[in-house]
Amino acid sequence: MVSHDAHAHAAPQGFIRKWVFSLDHKVIGLQYFFLALAAVLTGMFLSLLMRIHLVWPNASLPFFGEIKPETYLSLLTMHGTIMVFFVLTTAPQGGFGNYFLPIQIGAPDMAFPVLNMLSFWTTFLGFLVLIAAFFVTGGAPLHGWTGYAPLSALPSAGPGEGLGADLWIISIAIFCIGALMGALNFITTTLDMRAKGMTLMRMPLTCWAWFITAILGLLAFGVLLSAGILLLMDRNLGTSFFVPLGTVNGVLTGHKGGSPLLWQHLFWFFGHPEVYIAILPAMGLCSQLLSVFSRKPIFGYKAMVYAILSIGFLGFMVWGHHMFMSGMSPYSAFAFSIMTMGIGVPSAIKTFNWLGTLWRGKIRFSSPMLFAIGFVSLFVVGGISGPFLAQPVLDIYLHETYFVIAHFHLIMGVASIFGIFAATYYWFPKMFGRMMNEPLAKAHFWLTFIGAYAIFMPMHYYGMAAGLRRYSQGTEVAWINALAPVQKFISIAAFVTIASQLIFVINLFWSMKKGEKAADNPWEATTLEWITATPPPHDNFGGVTPVVHNGPYEYSVPGTSKDFVMQTDAAVEAKH
Amino acid sequence: MAETVVRHDIPSVYEPSLFGTYSKKIGMWLFLMSDSLTFGALLYAYSYGRISTAGWPTPFHSESIVNATIMTAFLLTSSLTMVLAVRASVQKDAKMQTLWLLATIACGAGFVILHGREWSNLIAEGLTLPMFPPVPGHEVNAEFANVAKSVPQFPSTFFTLTGMHMLHVTLGIVYLGVVALRKKFIPILLALWLIAWLGTPAYSPFHYGAHVLLLSAIVCAIILWLKPKVYDASDVEVAGLYWHFVDLVWMFIFPLVYLMSARI
Repeated sequence: MVSHDAHAHAAPQGFIRKWVFSLDHKVIGLQYFFLALAAVLTGMFLSLLMRIHLVWPNASLPFFGEIKPETYLSLLTMHGTIMVFFVLTTAPQGGFGNYFLPIQIGAPDMAFPVLNMLSFWTTFLGFLVLIAAFFVTGGAPLHGWTGYAPLSALPSAGPGEGLGADLWIISIAIFCIGALMGALNFITTTLDMRAKGMTLMRMPLTCWAWFITAILGLLAFGVLLSAGILLLMDRNLGTSFFVPLGTVNGVLTGHKGGSPLLWQHLFWFFGHPEVYIAILPAMGLCSQLLSVFSRKPIFGYKAMVYAILSIGFLGFMVWGHHMFMSGMSPYSAFAFSIMTMGIGVPSAIKTFNWLGTLWRGKIRFSSPMLFAIGFVSLFVVGGISGPFLAQPVLDIYLHETYFVIAHFHLIMGVASIFGIFAATYYWFPKMFGRMMNEPLAKAHFWLTFIGAYAIFMPMHYYGMAAGLRRYSQGTEVAWINALAPVQKFISIAAFVTIASQLIFVINLFWSMKKGEKAADNPWEATTLEWITATPPPHDNFGGVTPVVHNGPYEYSVPGTSKDFVMQTDAAVEAKH
Repeated sequence: MAETVVRHDIPSVYEPSLFGTYSKKIGMWLFLMSDSLTFGALLYAYSYGRISTAGWPTPFHSESIVNATIMTAFLLTSSLTMVLAVRASVQKDAKMQTLWLLATIACGAGFVILHGREWSNLIAEGLTLPMFPPVPGHEVNAEFANVAKSVPQFPSTFFTLTGMHMLHVTLGIVYLGVVALRKKFIPILLALWLIAWLGTPAYSPFHYGAHVLLLSAIVCAIILWLKPKVYDASDVEVAGLYWHFVDLVWMFIFPLVYLMSARI
């Protein structure tokens, strides 16, 4: 009786063991959530500065003065890094995954509570190191979130490429270690700690998504860690993994023989799975919510599981499509292109299953549902430009333009953020014991939904008209200058959308204190988090271990009195 | 309750585990999967450099190869002693378990010491990285210096791959030490840190590398404070998994880095 006794630990006493160095997955989940909230506000503020600079390049801002072009590149780098790592990877997986994966499978905690705590504090340290890059000599790096060498490998390559770039790489390496610890914890928990009756095929799709995401993280972050170590060595020990013979400002760099392509291969071998690390949890959550709020079983549960699996698998086969512009054999490009378009198949399966779930459902348009439907919309619109970019012939034209910005912001950025919003509105009653304010939530949804399209749809046209990305201003280039009104429209839309996020922040903190008290199961959902108290006790189920008899989506089952059957209720599966 | 120690019965409140084993072991296998990708990326970088560089040098004389072979023998022996430690732990022979673990640590330490000596010699003879400071009062070997100058990828990949592996062996020694002696290993670790730090000259990479031991002492102290438990047979087995994996990685590095770069 050794293995699982080790998981149990007494409820902690005292502030430090309870809220700071907590071993409780729920507290750690909240810590991740608030870390991501701090990060997303920072990242959003950086995008505000960028949008101001793009339209009024010479404007003098309070506290910041005039934003210089190289500062614009620093803002761009830090915006991308903060958003991808500390928001899109941290909130859905580290935050909600940590909080709800053990509860949804009926476990008292994660498999390795100490490791769980270490993974949060490692991630937190990574965030501090990243933010420190703003305050060192030279400022934050300007090599973009992809850190392309040789720019990122040479301290002399520009302002911010000195200590700032070192801190950036160290932060990423620390983040990788935290993410790896988290990933192996998630996988072990899912494999080992499911309650009696919770077979793999009875897990909610959220759990499937967290599980597959963890596998992707386990395999991807180790490679990024290696790439980061090599890059640090190039910068500080004089090796030449990524730097060929060349000069900076007419001075020989002292490096030779390296290959910038090697960095791109290593980075994107991580980078493409990272896209799915960001989006898969949102897909799982969306599947969950569409079923709950349509009062119908999810359409094609097994197909959904296999689609998540195949998206995860294909995610490792397509990294080359980020490198069509970098020079690649046409044969390799063809293979990567075919594989990439292949991802359209499981993605379409998921989309049609979502629509099938909505079809003839008794839909309740609560705020989590609105964000879930918004997710489907953004996923389709953002995804449809994927097959364009997957073709080398088109990609070579579009790759350096805003078309790519529009594509990945819609599908990876805003769609995942909608997942995070939906999760917040859906699980807030369980996490804090109160409901969020519904009218505010609906206002937040409509402003954000319309705002996101107003920002990113025009970017497609801007890109197709050869509006180049990464340029801090286009005033010197006639054809870009002619597109200035589009940029202005986008900026104004961005200001409105950013401002409307304040509604969310206010609603969040106001509802924690003043919101209406929540019932244990306010959404009438079937999964295990709704059978326990609100907020859940230290061991999640108050000393009992639930026994599961049903699948997660037993809604409107014929012959039952209510329109939902809890997973722990007597078995109904045989009846239909 | 059955007293088969390595196999742990899963309490019936849970679904049976997919692999029919306990969580720690699955966790370690998962870590090894991700670590093999970390090493895989380094080996990929090595192959990439080697294939894309015309005239890859093969400078290792028989002296280096013999030294690396002795190192390999140390590691392979340590795998054997590790297996014996696991067997002793299954047989509940606490004394033999500790002894075999210490023997494993000794073999690992022998490997690291030989490896460190080899590094120091290579650096002194000119097969070095640009940022390693020159070693005073040592004659540079013209051939090595030429390799470092004309194919910088050679020393880069050599020091990265073997350095990363050396780090893994060092952390393995710390890991086994904590499993064998628990709290008592922390002062030993601090003593080792002081010896490695103060015993190496300031130009040596090991002078600064020694701080890895200090850092691990701090982390181990925190973990032992959070979980002050007695390690049982399962912990020995899981530690063994890690140790064998580190040996296995060496079985890739030895032929790729040494044998394929031997002067024949």
